[in-house]
Amino acid sequence: MRVTFTVNGRPTEADDVWEGESLLYVLRERVGLPGSKNACEQGECGSCTVYLDGAPVCACLVAAGQVQDRAVGTVEGLADGDTLDPVQQAFVDAGAVQCGFCTPGLLVQTHDLLNRAHHPSDAEIREALSGNLCRCTGYEKIMDAVRLAAARKADARGTAPAGSEG
Amino acid sequence: MAGPTMPKNLLDVCAPGRDGIGASPLRPDGILKVRGDFAYASDLWHEDMLWGTTLRSPHARARIRSVDVSAALALPGVYAVLTHEDIPGSKFYGLEIADQPVLAIDEVRFHGEPVAIVAADHPETARRAVDRIVVDYDVLPAIGPAQALDPERYGYVHAPADYKAHASGNVVHSQHIRHGDGDSAQVRARAEVIVRGEYEVGMQDQAFLGPESGLAVPAEDGGIDLYIATQWLHVDRQQMCPVLGLPPEKVRLTLAGVGGAFGGREDISMQVHACLLAQYTGKPVKIVYNREESFFGHVHRHPATMVFEHGATRDGRLVFVRAEIVLDGGAYASSSPAVVGNAASLGIGPYVVPNALIDATAVYTNNPPCGAMRGFGAVQMCFGYESQMDRLAAELGLDPVELRRLNAMEQGSVLPTGQVVDAPAPVAELLRRVEAMPLPAAEHRHTGDGVDVRELPGGVSNSTHGEGVVRGIGYGVGIKNVGFSEGFDDYSTARVRLEVVGGAPVALVHTAMAEVGQGGVTVHAQIVRTELGVDLVTIAPADTRVGSAGSTSASRQTYMTGGAVKSAAEAVRGAVFERGRLRRGWPPDLVAGLRLVGGKVVDRADAVVADLVDLLGDEPVDETVEFRHRPTQAFDRTTGQGFGHVQYTFCAHRAVVDVDVELGLVKVVELAAAQDVGKAMNPLAVLGQIHGGTTQGLGLAVMEEIVVTEGRVGNPSFTDYLIPTILDTPPMPVDVLELADPHAPYGLRGAGEAPTLSATPAIVAAIRAATGLALNRVPIRPEHLTGT
Ligand code: FES
Ligand code: FES
Repeated sequence: MRVTFTVNGRPTEADDVWEGESLLYVLRERVGLPGSKNACEQGECGSCTVYLDGAPVCACLVAAGQVQDRAVGTVEGLADGDTLDPVQQAFVDAGAVQCGFCTPGLLVQTHDLLNRAHHPSDAEIREALSGNLCRCTGYEKIMDAVRLAAARKADARGTAPAGSEG
Repeated sequence: MAGPTMPKNLLDVCAPGRDGIGASPLRPDGILKVRGDFAYASDLWHEDMLWGTTLRSPHARARIRSVDVSAALALPGVYAVLTHEDIPGSKFYGLEIADQPVLAIDEVRFHGEPVAIVAADHPETARRAVDRIVVDYDVLPAIGPAQALDPERYGYVHAPADYKAHASGNVVHSQHIRHGDGDSAQVRARAEVIVRGEYEVGMQDQAFLGPESGLAVPAEDGGIDLYIATQWLHVDRQQMCPVLGLPPEKVRLTLAGVGGAFGGREDISMQVHACLLAQYTGKPVKIVYNREESFFGHVHRHPATMVFEHGATRDGRLVFVRAEIVLDGGAYASSSPAVVGNAASLGIGPYVVPNALIDATAVYTNNPPCGAMRGFGAVQMCFGYESQMDRLAAELGLDPVELRRLNAMEQGSVLPTGQVVDAPAPVAELLRRVEAMPLPAAEHRHTGDGVDVRELPGGVSNSTHGEGVVRGIGYGVGIKNVGFSEGFDDYSTARVRLEVVGGAPVALVHTAMAEVGQGGVTVHAQIVRTELGVDLVTIAPADTRVGSAGSTSASRQTYMTGGAVKSAAEAVRGAVFERGRLRRGWPPDLVAGLRLVGGKVVDRADAVVADLVDLLGDEPVDETVEFRHRPTQAFDRTTGQGFGHVQYTFCAHRAVVDVDVELGLVKVVELAAAQDVGKAMNPLAVLGQIHGGTTQGLGLAVMEEIVVTEGRVGNPSFTDYLIPTILDTPPMPVDVLELADPHAPYGLRGAGEAPTLSATPAIVAAIRAATGLALNRVPIRPEHLTGT
């Protein structure tokens, strides 16, 4: 079958898609966007997290046919040209990236969190990222990265960190 | 690799920043990784490539009567179905003992053993083809660790004729240690208190997130180019060449992006299968394991049963330790011999004991093969001896930390192997530091409103509001060796090239070190900046065009390949000065005081003698150096005596837990660590290692186990094999000590493994403190706490 959708704002077509192929497979193997990762393909690790119509989902659990005419956003779409998104920059700066296999999924999930909550508490961060496994970092530096990104985004907006939920 | 475009991390990558050693510049692969542009082995693509898949045994032990591949071959889109009969060269491989069939021959010895491989034009086609292969098995009863020691009755995992090269029966390897008077009657009589304990460690998995993957591309010269996620390129090649019937120069490996390793990539997995399929079909072949296959595709941490006796005087001085350790090696040897050596030689922990008798054995069974995992034999022991120290403290009525400090080894101490510790060993100091760290607030002990259930055992499942929750605190400290031991010729190679590019001096570092996430590439750039005084450093992809870097394991890469990069940079610097002497007539006493700083050659008084750009001109300086640590000795097999390890590393943990004693749920509230790293080459990366290692120790304490029943693996998925999430993992304050090891480059000490040891016993001790239970097995499950 053919699936037509947008990825990171670009109209995209995937041909010869089998029944049962996941969105993750189509992204990685058919449209040349391997940034979303395949650590379990069972919805358990969050490495494949992408936006589907603005909401984060596990791309491995979405059948390719389900994205017909819908909008997908991946890690490759977070940066604005050469300028990293504040979430991406914070992960690099805070030492939240070791092997980096969990990173694309965590970035999309964090990006979504900080769109919803401008000043998340530690408990809110942990809850939001609880579906994203990382085997390397022990999550400490990931916590630092999320706090750093939230603070930088607040600075950029000119709001004080003590402000209300976003 | 020919693709639409070469992945950026398979080209030279620029290392940003100006910082030398001791700073924390950004990692050179960081930007690629956050952009999604970093190509892991599973991301590779090649025109015309096929997908490889593996047929694995559903049985732990069975004779193979026949294999019929005809229906699989008949499926459109299938290019090859291979069994052991199609292997052109040797049919066996192995890290230390070549006892593992590339594809099963006549018999399968563990659940998941590869039997046949398929190449097809779509992964789903390949999977369907695998389903059509018909294997007629004659199922046999599986041999477990208990039966393995009685082969007369239960049989052999391998036919006795296969044992000529190594041990006998079902024993892979054993190591004995006789220290002082062992546990003789006189020694036992001197002990005023003796405590005995039996402990068990379950089978832990490395669970790296990036599954085993690689792309094999047949080359025009009849050779193969393999792009692979591994820990040791050269030893992969060494094991593959005899199988493929190719000389080393025709098997070229390049490191693709690696999604974590932790020991699980030290053995080869799909490497040789992809190459066989590529060789057979003449087409590029990619293999990517899914998570289930990954659980079957690599070795695990050895399950252990340990019996300890500790004897001490009333005032708490250790008199003797007796330890009997049996490690389940599974069906094939992998690195079991070295794991046994570690278990025995590190078996009493970081303590001074005048008498010890230790017997450690790894056995062949029909369980999944076990081998390298972070902590390598020292993890299991640490759970045992630290549990014993707590038991002894309780028996003596002493504070557990005080008992440890009283017996802590230090520089100058003699180990049970007879080795004198000739570098700082701040065991007591690490305990003092971790104990002195402020404790987390105790607020969650109170019940009622205002309690955030997310902070309590059970979390958002809302199983308690604080009632039935008891807090406990526990300690642990461990000792781990660094680098390859027991006389192994451990070396690493580095090439450094200094040249002028675009009017500025640029250094290129080329090694075969597997960057698996630890950040070695960052440190290499820091070393070169420090030694050569240049800002611009480029990291070449790791491949087999340069000499071996050894494995990214044994906490050794910063020491070994870092040491090689330092030596190569020194050689480059020497060659630069030599050029000045020859071409510019610099006198020897001037040369003796020269340094490279900020792109200039400067003398003792910091006066500029030459500009590096002028001196280099268009003639680069290019040096390759092999670096070795000081030699070690094999342990005597019956007494365990010998200078077996090159360096020791220590970490101490304090765990604070809340336990819902009614439901058996545990929440680790905080895990504080203190570790000596000799020199923090990159402080941010050091913290990352300590946090990551600590978290894997937490996993072993309370959740992680591959459940094996009569040889069958019951939980090969992240649904059923649980690793710590961000909700399970507490804040982890870290105190880093830097006491230089005079024998090591920059005084550094390998940092990656020590934190994996002591987190587990510290957590278990804290749970014991909260519950009063004995808890002799990890991982601890809720039913162990509730007794149901
Ligand atoms: S790959 Fe989709 S959740 Fe793991
Ligand atoms: S950085 Fe390796 S899994 Fe998270």
